[in-house]
Amino acid sequence: MQKYSVFSLIKNAFSDHQNWEVAWKDPTPKKEYDVIIIGGGGHGLATAYYLAKEHNITNVAIIEKGWIGGGNVGRNTTIIRSNYMHDDNALFSEFGMDLWRKMSQDLNYNVMFSPRGIINLAHSDAQMNAYSRRGNSMRLNGIDAVLLNREEVQKRIPMADFSDNVRFPIFGGLMQPSAGTARHDAVAWGYARQADSMGVDIIQNCEVTGFDVNNGKIVGVRTSRGDIKAKKVGLCVAGSTNILAEMLNMTLPIETHLLQACVSEPVKPLLDHVVTFGAGHFYCSQSDKGEMVMGGDLDGYNSYSQRGNLPTLQHVLTEGIAMFPFLSKLKMLRTWGGIMDMSMDGSPIIDKTHIDGLYLNCGWCYGGFKATPASGWTFAHTIAQDRVHELNSGYSLNRFNTGDLIDEKGLGTKTWIS
Amino acid sequence: MLYIFCPHCGSRSQNEFAYGGDATVKRPELNKEISDQEWNNFVYLRKSPRGKHLELWHHISGCRQWIKVERDTSTHEIFKTYKADELTE
Repeated sequence: MQKYSVFSLIKNAFSDHQNWEVAWKDPTPKKEYDVIIIGGGGHGLATAYYLAKEHNITNVAIIEKGWIGGGNVGRNTTIIRSNYMHDDNALFSEFGMDLWRKMSQDLNYNVMFSPRGIINLAHSDAQMNAYSRRGNSMRLNGIDAVLLNREEVQKRIPMADFSDNVRFPIFGGLMQPSAGTARHDAVAWGYARQADSMGVDIIQNCEVTGFDVNNGKIVGVRTSRGDIKAKKVGLCVAGSTNILAEMLNMTLPIETHLLQACVSEPVKPLLDHVVTFGAGHFYCSQSDKGEMVMGGDLDGYNSYSQRGNLPTLQHVLTEGIAMFPFLSKLKMLRTWGGIMDMSMDGSPIIDKTHIDGLYLNCGWCYGGFKATPASGWTFAHTIAQDRVHELNSGYSLNRFNTGDLIDEKGLGTKTWIS
Repeated sequence: MLYIFCPHCGSRSQNEFAYGGDATVKRPELNKEISDQEWNNFVYLRKSPRGKHLELWHHISGCRQWIKVERDTSTHEIFKTYKADELTE
């Protein structure tokens, strides 16, 4: 594989950039693989990469219905954080933060990781107490957390509404300085390029239509490009998990919902951090291009449509303008939607299943993107070793049966209330 | 914007309604021995189909009645709505 560097950039400039190698090939599916990963999103690509890198399993295919980077890895708002209170989430995410920090070097691909810090705003003494508790829990797990008072927040985001007559006055906030953003497409492309170079077949435009299960063991998948045998199969299809589960006669603690995001026209740098206004169901950051990247609530009812409905967008932006009045002057550039696996406790599932050789990675709710490297790493471990790693042992499928929920946000079963 | 036909009030915009989830889920019978698995199925497991979905909506800013709505989860087409106690096809 061609190494990307300033020298290769200069060298290729002499040939008008016509002679770059393709980043990944377009192979036809083989008859059989050791491992098939279904879903060529961030998590699937990362899983294949770590299977090859950490476990030396390279006879791997990624099967993707659409194209690489066309699903949620290209639709999220690029936020990376580990500001969780519960141990399972905190340790898993902080492990991921480490992978994020090394990712550009590791993948030889600039993912533009930008640890600009995230601020969760608080609007009452009670919320300040809750954030103080959360921050302390984070620090006990080795994650950086700083409790900011009103003045400290104002210094960092002076353009927020600090006037007296607001419904949700800013009392302060909890900041994780090491959190940030990354270029989401680059993450997908970087993982795809490295996985491909180590022998993984990335098969796009290939829809899974069924599974071959023999005596409780997976033996292959049926696809729109023919049947493919496999010793092990991993599902990485957040958003479409229920559809594949139905083919396997499985019912999961997941509902599929739609989440919207939008960006404004680009403006000069004015927002240095990622800011969440949880009380108003709104969060915002500024991209390197200058666009304000914004998001908020689910549309609120089961949906596979991958496009949003106006009432939710209106609600999100109303809240946005309440916190950042300057937003009302900006034009909207794009809005879009993606479909989420909303799990019943708001935490993901990375586990084995009752079918031998079939592994499940799903239920990412709002937090799929930032989990990409840690999810891929632990899922690769789970598949290669046929047992869960300590880091994802809490993300079991059985926890709903045993009552070991990870109810980080206390959302319970009513995902649509979030 | 979805327009939902409330069997009590007529066609209204979705802003008047609150979503109530899958309407096909059945609570285990009272006064009966219930296994953990049955509770798990009732509380947590959902089919969440792509396509026709029978679901509950609450006409919270209208007549405050719960209704059942048969809707397509990928096109949002609403086929039919029912009163809460009405039998569905």
